[in-house]
Parts: sequence; structure tokens; C-alpha cells
Amino acid sequence: MAEPQVPPGDVPESRVVPRRQTRLSLVWIIPIVATAVGLWVAVTRIRSEGPKITIEFQSAEGLEAGKTKINYRGVDLGTIVGIRLSNDHLRVIATAQMTPQSGEFLVADTHFWVVRPRISGANVTGLGTLISGAYIGMEIGSSTVPRRSFVALDTPPIVTGEAPGRFFVLQTSDLGSLDLGTPVFFRRLQVGQVAAYQLDKDGRFFTVRIFVRAPYDQFVTVNSRFWQASGIDLQLSANGLTVQTQSLLSILIGGIAFETPTGGQTLSAAAADTVFTLYASRAKAFAPAARNPQTFELIFNESVRGLAPGAPVEFRGVQVGEVAEVRAQIDLKTMQFQAPVTIHLDAQRLGVKMIGLTSEADFNALRRRLIDSLVARGVRAQLKTGNLLTGSAFVSFDYFPDAPPATVDWSQQPAQLPTTPGQLEASEARITNIIKKLDKMPLEQIGDQLHATLADLDVTLRKTNQVLESADATLVSAHGTLDNANSFLEPSSVQSQQLSSTLVEVSRAARSLRVLADYLEQHPEALLRGKRGGAQ
Amino acid sequence: MHRGLQSCGVCGLLSRPAPDADVCRCPRCDEVLSFRKPDSIQRTWAFLLAAAVCYIPANVLPVLTTTTATGSESDTIMQGVVLLWSPSGWPLSMIVLVASIIIPSAKIVALAYLLISVRRGSIANNERRLRLYRTIEFIGRWSMVDVFVDTFTAALIQLQPLMSVEPGPGLFFFAAVVVLTMLAVESFDPRLIWDATSAHEVENG
Repeated sequence: MAEPQVPPGDVPESRVVPRRQTRLSLVWIIPIVATAVGLWVAVTRIRSEGPKITIEFQSAEGLEAGKTKINYRGVDLGTIVGIRLSNDHLRVIATAQMTPQSGEFLVADTHFWVVRPRISGANVTGLGTLISGAYIGMEIGSSTVPRRSFVALDTPPIVTGEAPGRFFVLQTSDLGSLDLGTPVFFRRLQVGQVAAYQLDKDGRFFTVRIFVRAPYDQFVTVNSRFWQASGIDLQLSANGLTVQTQSLLSILIGGIAFETPTGGQTLSAAAADTVFTLYASRAKAFAPAARNPQTFELIFNESVRGLAPGAPVEFRGVQVGEVAEVRAQIDLKTMQFQAPVTIHLDAQRLGVKMIGLTSEADFNALRRRLIDSLVARGVRAQLKTGNLLTGSAFVSFDYFPDAPPATVDWSQQPAQLPTTPGQLEASEARITNIIKKLDKMPLEQIGDQLHATLADLDVTLRKTNQVLESADATLVSAHGTLDNANSFLEPSSVQSQQLSSTLVEVSRAARSLRVLADYLEQHPEALLRGKRGGAQ
Repeated sequence: MHRGLQSCGVCGLLSRPAPDADVCRCPRCDEVLSFRKPDSIQRTWAFLLAAAVCYIPANVLPVLTTTTATGSESDTIMQGVVLLWSPSGWPLSMIVLVASIIIPSAKIVALAYLLISVRRGSIANNERRLRLYRTIEFIGRWSMVDVFVDTFTAALIQLQPLMSVEPGPGLFFFAAVVVLTMLAVESFDPRLIWDATSAHEVENG
């Protein structure tokens, strides 16, 4: 600034040496800061990246790489970043980038499933996904074994593991209308749901897993009975119409109900995963269990129409067992059609008192003796129609003293009990006999004779008609006669007046006669001498 | 320069620097005088390197986070280009591609080329290099369009809770790239391109 003013034109020449840059400029802070910030961002990015997992799906429907989230209780725990087909093209393998927080949740028993709108029975779930698209739900397992590749569930679990309560296992031969999410009722209160079901390997039984919420799970005791409360249970019996339902919900979608038989000692709550039998109805669930049922065979030579397995076997009206099986066979010796019926008899229900019986052999011997003596007294099995509307039949044991003698065939396995033709069969035979007799009657002849007789009758009737006509005339003349008589008898008639004057005359005559008689009594001689003239 | 005269960058007064003075000032307006922009090459390199460093996260990190009812979505610049690419919308996609990806990278490469050529004392293609410099100086600011669009969108689309748009971290880096390249262009002294030629001419007489 203190530079002297140099006049233009007089510029001294100087050699210019371009300055060498030796000093480090402060400007280098900028790239250093930029690098530092960049590195910091990169490090945070890398650290915020959680584990990558793979999930196998049946189908990638609704899934979108980079968009579909993995959601646990509304919190995003990851995103699907890649979807590809498995090597065998049968499944879809999705790669998911999880958040670092989720690392500890990815354990052996963690489950994933696709949440889509789902309407099943009583439940409508995942409606939000209609707008937002499908997402992946997850259930965090309790295991500590880490896992990175998962297989997604085909259906969302009905009950997530965190809910307090217990699982129980039911076995049934018929699934009925049960489905995932089917409600479980206790005293008509919904206390649980069907969580899973599967057919056993041999295909005979369904194993149904149900979940009963706390605190209701304590009401499931070891002697609780479960039955299918599916829809309406209508029973038309001698007592009238009985309708059993659980709730409107169960009418629509079915359900399972359980109850603990009252009476007896209170049992402790059943442990989780206790196996129960699922009965078809409440009545069956509470029917006395057939302990030690005895199997017998009955051979009927008649139609067994209406006899179905499960039909009751009664002894004089008391149910003592049920029909197990109805078959058909042809006896090659006699070429006759037969229907062997297998029945289960429950000796306990007969009320046989077994006193002092210690061993099974004793019991069997007694049973044999008992049945032999019953058969000897004429006890026979008979088919009876129980319901005229449906034609359902049942087996009845009763005394038939007139039945031909028979014995129990103990050599057969199962033992054969003697039978007698059923009521229907017997009455049928009787009716057939009557019809046969009717057939033999000379109906034609009878008809001819009847015809002749009728012709005769016709003639007779015609004659009778003529007679009646003449009778009519006679009656008319009789009528006239009676009229005449009537007029004759009238008080004002001439005849009547004449009659009354006649009668007066007669009475006068009678009086004169009496005077005469009196006179004669006093003067009998007057008859001879005549009346003494006035000398009285 | 070889005449040893300095021109004032503010008032244009030509002056001769004192022989031993490190810092000379304009006798008329008191502006600091120098033959060339001070530390031009070093500064340009610094800004250029910083821009190059920021260019990576600018393209890797999302620039825009869109939250709608269907979920939130973060897009990087390249994803935006891919998203816009459609049979009818490809020109728009091209604009974004050119303005946001090609121009910043081209700028960095071009500046690096200029710096290296000056450093090596190249005397060839002087006019062409100058044209290149002018081009990048002119075009550089237009990259800021991207940043403006993003900030406008973020400010305008705030329909909570239906939809909202938020700038992502990539946007800050992208803005840094644009600003830093502009600074680099600014700190580069195009006269350096001619210095080697002048020195050559002086040496050859």
C-alpha cells in the first residue's frame, strides 16, 4: 500500500518465476472432511445392515423384491430383496435383508408366512393388505439356536406362541366341519380355537390340535369330554324334539365343545398336549363307556334293511350294546342268503352283579353259563323296526318260549347267538298265508250264485212293490172308514145325540126297573095278584 | 506475466509488483494482487477430490424417501432413472440421467484432465481445453436442478399421513458434489492453460 506510484511506460522488467507450491493449502481440509463424512456414512450403513435370510414360499404371489416387508407386530424387521425359483422349480426362495435388531429373533422355531386378506369361517384377517399389498408376518420362536434359512408356513398360525394358554390334542375319525380357527366352546363361551389338524399316517384318524386360552385351560381336566358341536343337533325321540346347539357361530361354522362330567372327584387340570377323544355328539361323549365289550355274531335269514352299525341292541327294551357290523354272505351248503351281524354286548349294562369274581377266566365262565341258560329259556335275538318313518331297525333280545330249541355256538369266533324271525317277518308270513287262503276261495262261483240270488231278489222286490201298491189303496179306504168313525164320534153329531137320548131312555127304563124290583121284593105276590091299586 | 505485470482483479489497474514483496496490493483499490489465482491447482485438486469422494455416496444413498399408505420407499438417483424409464417417459428419464449422473461425473473427469494437462505443461489443444473449461463452468450449475426438484417435492408433498416425501442422505452428498465441482471450476485459473505456451514461446525466443 505504501507502493510508490510508478509512471506508466516506465515499467522495470523483472523475471517472473512461477511460485512453487510448497505450502499445503488449508483447502485440503475439505476433501478430508468429505472423505471422513463419506466413510462415516458407509460405516453406519454397513453396521445398520442386519443379517440376510432366505425364506422358502410355495408361491411368490403378492411378494415384490425391494418392497415387501417383514413385519412383526407392526414393526418392520426386514425387506424382501430378491425372489428366485428354487433349483427344482417347485418353490420360491426369497432373500430378505433384516434389520440388525432382528438378528436375535432369527432362531430355529421362528416362523414366517405371507399375510394376505383371508376370510375363513369366523375370521377376517389381513384386510389392510388389500391396500398395502401383502407383507410377511413372523412369529418369534423361543429357541436359542440361530437360523438363517426358513420355510414359510402355508397358512398363518391361528394361535401365536406368545398367547397364554395350552394346547391339547384331540383324536377323531371324522373331521366334520372343523377347520383351522374353528372355535372351541366351554359352556357356550368361546375359549379357544383349532390350531392345526392332520391325518394320521395310516389315514384312519385325524389329530386335531386345539388351543385353549388361559384362564379357561384350567377347566380342561383329564376326564373332560370333547365333542363336535357342529351346527344343529336335532333329535326326534320318544321324548319329543330335542335341539342342541352351541351358538349361532357354531351353527354356521361348526365348533368343538368340551365339558367336564359333574360328580366324582374334581380332577386336576390336564397337562398340555394331553390326548382326548373327539366324540361326534354330546350324547356320545357322555354315553357310558363300553368297558370290556363282548362280541357276538347273529345270523339273520331275513332282510336286515334299516340295520346300520351303531344301531342299539336291546334286551327287553334296555340297551345293552350296539351293532358293530352288518355283512352279507351266502351259505354254500344250503344256498341261502344270510346276513351275519356283529354286535358288541356290554355285560355291565345288563347289571350282572359280579361278586366274588377275581379273574377273567371266572368271569368268562360265568358269562358263558349265563348266556347258555338264557338261551335255554328261550332268549332269542330278533330284528325290530325302531322307527316307522325312517325304517331304522335294531336288534332286540327277548324271551320266546315257543321258539324251537337252540344253543349258543361257542365254537365260532365270535360266538353265534340264536335268532328268531323278526316281528315283521312273522307277520309277513301270516299275511301271506291269509292271501293264499283267499286265493283258494271259489270267488267266481260265489259271484255267480250271488248274481242269481240278486236276480231273484229283484223279482221279489217287484212283487213286493205291487203288494205295496194295493196296500196303499187299502190304507186309503181305511182312512175313509176312520174318518167316518170320527164323524160318528163327534159330540155334536146326530148319532151322538140320539145315543145320549137313548141312554136317557135306558136310564129311565132302568130306574123303572129298579122301582119294579123294589116293589117286587116287598110284594112278591104282586106277580101273581098284580099291583094293589094305590093302597099303600 | 512474463512482463512482470499484475492486473487487479477488481479495478483492472495494471501494476508492477515490488521485487521482494510476498503480498502485493493494488495501489488504487487495495485488492490483493497476484499473477495467477493463488494455489489454483492445489485448491482445484482439493475440491475435485472432495467432489469425487462425495460422488460415491450421492449415487449409492437414496435421495428421496416416499412414504405412502402402501409403505415407504427409498430411491437412489439411478433407481429414479430406472423408475422413470418407460416407452413414453424415456426423455424425462434421459434428462435425469444426463443432469444428475453424466454431467457431474463428466465434470470431475474433465477437470482432472485439465489439471493433469496443466501440470504436465502441455501446449497442445489449448483452445479446445479452454472451450472445455468454459463448458463445464457454464453447465455445472444446472446440476443443482436435481437438488432443487428434490427439495421442492419434499416441501410440497406433505400429505400426512397419506403421503409424504423426505429428502434422503444421498441428496446432501449430491448437493455437495455440485457445489464442490463448481468451487473447483471457480478456483481453476484458465490462464494456467496458456502459461506453458508462454513459457515455451519465451524459451524459444
